[in-house]
Amino acid sequence: MRIVVTVKLVPDLNAEKRIDPTTKRLVRTGMETVLNPYDEYALEAALQLKAKQGDDTTVTLLSMASESLKETLRKALAMGADDAVVLSDDALAGSDVAMTSAALAQALKKIGFDLVICGGLADDGSTGGVPGAIAEHLGLPGLTNARHLEIVGGTIKAQRETDSGYQAVTCPLPALVSVTMAVGEPRYASLKGIMGAKKKTIATLSGSDIGFENRAPKTELLSFAPPPARTKARIVEASDGATGARAIFDFLRERKLV
Amino acid sequence: MDFDLTPEQRAIQQLAREFAEGEVRPKAEEMDREERFPYDLTAKMAELGFFGLPFPEEYGGVGGDTTSYALAVMEIARADASTAITLAAAVSLGAMPFYLFGTKAQKERYLVPLAQGKQLWGFGLTEPEAGSDAANCKTRARLESGSWVINGTKAFITNSGTDITGGTTITAATGTRSDGKIEISNIIVPQETPGFARSRKYRKMGWRASDTRELSFADAKVPEDHLLGVRGEGFTQFLTILDGGRISVAALSVGLALGAYDEALKYAKERRAFGKSISSFQAIQFKLVDMIVQIDHAKLMMLKAAWEKDQGRDFAYNASLAKLYAGEISHRVVNDAVQIHGGYGFIDEYPVSRMYRDQKINEIGEGTNEVQRMIIARMIGI
Ligand SMILES: Cc1cc2nc3c(=O)[nH]c(=O)nc-3n(C[C@H](O)[C@H](O)[C@H](O)COP(=O)(O)OP(=O)(O)OC[C@H]3O[C@@H](n4cnc5c(N)ncnc54)[C@H](O)[C@@H]3O)c2cc1C
Repeated sequence: MRIVVTVKLVPDLNAEKRIDPTTKRLVRTGMETVLNPYDEYALEAALQLKAKQGDDTTVTLLSMASESLKETLRKALAMGADDAVVLSDDALAGSDVAMTSAALAQALKKIGFDLVICGGLADDGSTGGVPGAIAEHLGLPGLTNARHLEIVGGTIKAQRETDSGYQAVTCPLPALVSVTMAVGEPRYASLKGIMGAKKKTIATLSGSDIGFENRAPKTELLSFAPPPARTKARIVEASDGATGARAIFDFLRERKLV
Repeated sequence: MDFDLTPEQRAIQQLAREFAEGEVRPKAEEMDREERFPYDLTAKMAELGFFGLPFPEEYGGVGGDTTSYALAVMEIARADASTAITLAAAVSLGAMPFYLFGTKAQKERYLVPLAQGKQLWGFGLTEPEAGSDAANCKTRARLESGSWVINGTKAFITNSGTDITGGTTITAATGTRSDGKIEISNIIVPQETPGFARSRKYRKMGWRASDTRELSFADAKVPEDHLLGVRGEGFTQFLTILDGGRISVAALSVGLALGAYDEALKYAKERRAFGKSISSFQAIQFKLVDMIVQIDHAKLMMLKAAWEKDQGRDFAYNASLAKLYAGEISHRVVNDAVQIHGGYGFIDEYPVSRMYRDQKINEIGEGTNEVQRMIIARMIGI
């Protein structure tokens, strides 16, 4: 069985981010690129399933990214993914949710899969719209927000997180799921994994390879603004700990925060 | 010239850093306070493959190089020196002799479980009355009807008495050479050998979570095939082991110094005095600058020696330089880090207090500063 995990490559979470005012795009050069942290949970979920399913199950990474960034995927290969595919085309730069999901769906058709696992969100774009849209493009059942996955015969069972608990749902494969951080902390890459990752393949696909050409994003970014500066903190001065704690507690209660 | 690490070296350093931050750092203070050997961290390091880093896959290793191994030790030492020495001694002193001098059968039997981190092994060179002068070995082994019969004492042996220690390889006098000097050989002594006993753990100033013991041999008997390598080559063998060990001790010193620098930099930004952040005082800034200059210098020397070893070149000179210099700068760096912390630096909850205690052994173990200078003096022809 083939599990495909979609992985976005995002700027280092701790890096100072900058938006180019002319292209209105995030500047991705001059900073470290990392795996989207939410996708590491998707990979963890896939590797857990692979461990249960046995050796004929493979985990393939699929990333739409500039080819120059593809080495970032080695970390995910070192964690245990078997191989990777990068969908890379200048014409895909600046894609919105609709275009990204259509392109990934097209690539998934080309690669072939039994199960697609996505992270719930991308750290940079933060739309959370791509997983559902891919499922729609492929006519797949889409189980979002899953905290636990289990493959039983030709079906997948998932526990979906909701505000008031979780739902147990099931659907036949092939299917798409997106996971939450409750699937388990992403494992460390082992040293054997790191040494072995250099021998694993990272294939490249272009827009024409998957029959995805002459498309343009449907949404347009009009403007952007940095988050409002934080208002000045109020410093509580108190003669002792208990008085200080009381003052902070009163402050929070006034605002109905406790 | 190329200062870039390979992608694998970078990935291994990154993994070691994540492991040190996520798993080691949160436990360091408690392990030190309770003098508790890091069994849990040892098991996790084993699972990730750290103990097999520089050994080939056929012997249970991961096929990495010296540079990756040194970077891993450095990153772990940045969080905790006790955990770092447990790893460094296991690899450079415990497992390496089997890899370098063992027969194929000895490698399969002893090296494989060590490279997998399932077992630890000691390297017993130092004796109560032979440290710097390690060739003055008083422990004797005589061959008697197919067995080595060993008598003597070894002092300060790392990883020699944990629940997962398989044994210790010791140097012993096995006779007299034709030139009248004592003949030294390395002998493999498994833990269960009758007549071989370990003392309680020493109570130490630093490296308090690591396992260090005195070993005694009273007619301890091992089969004749427990000789490591060739009879009479024990002296050259341990010199070779110590040459390589110096790279990891240098890495340990650099890591410890980096850890102290991290703490001092953070504290200097937080702490206020005279209405200002103490990091705005030039006296504090200069200390921090001098710290990082020395650390980077020592790190470059350490990496150069590691690189030479990976290239198959003679690395002994640079390994000695790096060990000496990294040991000495780590002393100055931890001292300044405590100074920047003021009174809090003297209080055990602050990591710099532990680092200050952990540092001193870096100038003593595996060749004191003085011995290092003697070695380098010989190398520069005086
Ligand atoms: C925590 C810990 C772990 C250790 N782990 C191990 C281990 O796993 N295996 C092992 O075999 N050993 C181990 N050692 C021992 C360590 O390597 C020795 O302590 C070290 O080599 C110094 O030997 P010594 O203590 O006998 O000091 P000495 O040799 O007695 O030295 C005393 C002082 O005299 C100086 N000195 C000696 N000779 C000269 C000279 N010719 N010229 C100038 N100065 C000189 C020394 O530099 C030092 O300052 C460990 C020690 C400690 C504390």
